[in-house]
Amino acid sequence: MKSRFLKDRLATAVLWSCMGAVLVILGGILVFLIVQGAGALSWEFFTQPPRDSMTKGGILTPLVGTVQLVLVAMAFAFPVGVLTAVYLNEYASGDRFTNILRLAVRSLAGVPSVVFGLFGLSFFVIFLKFGSSLLSAGLTLGCLALPVIVGASEAALKAVPQDYRDASYAMGATRWQTIRKVVLPAAFPAILTGGILSIGRVAGETAPIIFTGAAFFTPDIARSLFSQVMALPYHVLILATAGTNIDETRGIQYGTILVLLLVVLGITLTGVIWRARLRMRSSR
Amino acid sequence: MKEAMKGDILPRRIISGFALTGMAIMIFILFFLVKESLPILRETSLLQILGGKEWYPTYAPPSFGMLPLITGSVAVTLLSALLAIPLSLGLAIFLSEACPRLLREFFKPTLEILGFLPSVVLGFIGMMVLAPWLQERFDLMTGLNLFNASVLMGIMIVPIVASIAEDSLSSVPDDLRDASYAMGATRWETTTRVVFPAALPGILEACLLGVMRAVGETMVVLMAAGGSAVIPKSVFDAVRPLTSTIAAEMGETPVGSGHYHALFFAGLLLFLFTWAINLFAARIEARGRRWRE
Repeated sequence: MKSRFLKDRLATAVLWSCMGAVLVILGGILVFLIVQGAGALSWEFFTQPPRDSMTKGGILTPLVGTVQLVLVAMAFAFPVGVLTAVYLNEYASGDRFTNILRLAVRSLAGVPSVVFGLFGLSFFVIFLKFGSSLLSAGLTLGCLALPVIVGASEAALKAVPQDYRDASYAMGATRWQTIRKVVLPAAFPAILTGGILSIGRVAGETAPIIFTGAAFFTPDIARSLFSQVMALPYHVLILATAGTNIDETRGIQYGTILVLLLVVLGITLTGVIWRARLRMRSSR
Repeated sequence: MKEAMKGDILPRRIISGFALTGMAIMIFILFFLVKESLPILRETSLLQILGGKEWYPTYAPPSFGMLPLITGSVAVTLLSALLAIPLSLGLAIFLSEACPRLLREFFKPTLEILGFLPSVVLGFIGMMVLAPWLQERFDLMTGLNLFNASVLMGIMIVPIVASIAEDSLSSVPDDLRDASYAMGATRWETTTRVVFPAALPGILEACLLGVMRAVGETMVVLMAAGGSAVIPKSVFDAVRPLTSTIAAEMGETPVGSGHYHALFFAGLLLFLFTWAINLFAARIEARGRRWRE
């Protein structure tokens, strides 16, 4: 009889240690990178482009490049993703066509990132003749972000109570008027949160941009959609694997990693906290 | 009144047009992968690609045997799943069954943050921290190997598997738990004999989606797996999975060459394999939902 309860205690301890392991791993990675990278951060590090075949200088160009890539990706993926979700949640009936559409979005979410890179290379770079550019890489990242935004937006739309729609219809509003003036405003904060979280994903992606528009090195910030850009995650890869004297640039490497981490986790944390607050408000 | 109705048709058309984008992208991906990979079959046979043990794409004449690459992908995937799934399920059970409510509000976002770590950062950790440690501890030629990449890949897929499995566990109705407790069962007995079996379809889906992610993940294996295209004989051998081969070689390959088409063929294999896993997972999930209703 007693052994049953002992077993239960033991199992609980194992479960707690699983959580402990994850906290140690995450905390260890973060603390290690912050300690190693903090020394490299300075005003110059953020405001100077890399110099002397990337052994000196800062990370201005990759930092700005990443921002530009995210902007292009979101300009494409955010409106398309939200409208797809509007269709799926507000218009679609449970017919065959909708099911195929849902399956397509789910399938898209599972495509490996390097395959998105191949697609971007063959479609945007070569077929549409955009070349290796900010536009090609941004759109490739947009394709990758699309299913994430659709998923988050659909959840946001689902959370809008049916009463809102019924009330609007009862006033004689059409479906589109209801969506535009009632449903979308009610769901918008949650949709925006989903968008922010997808930015966190896009900003850290490397594989889709390696052969669609990320530059090994450019001294200037891209001024056109058709120029190549440097990007933080790709810069990390290059510094770590292709540098001429990897040991000498150790400080820059850890600094760049730390900035990438701060950018991605900063965006993600904003989204997570914002979402938690929204949930708290709606459950009240 | 009629005018208002008319104003409703156009938005509907436009929105359904936008909704087609996702499907169009999916079709385009498949089309372009097939289009760019088919020419390789004119140079060499399907059997030689899938069964050949020599990946020497830049030799003259080149050899496009992908068996070492495929084995590399499978090896990293299996080993990382083996390391990550037990931990993930432990986490899922912990968060759904054993964790105090207030702490859960903190632990769940923490797990999510772990899932947002860029893969290039984990790859870097593999190169800078894990590799030297492995090399010294086990007296190896290089710490960049199958085991290193699998550990990091495991860290990548833990948040995915754990969060989906947790969703499935916590959607099991409390009535089932209450009934079990009323019979005098302990929490562990309730979890293993009542809740876990009830949530099994969702848990299977979680594991499959984790495996899918591991097959397609690129940066970790590119940086930490060592990159030699041979069939591994031990967990400390260097491997070169399909994803890292594409990422490492596509940049220096002339467009339209045999090597270029071969890399697209590798991409097609990845695409079809992950898609199959995804569809299978969707099916299990759908069946589980029907069963629950």
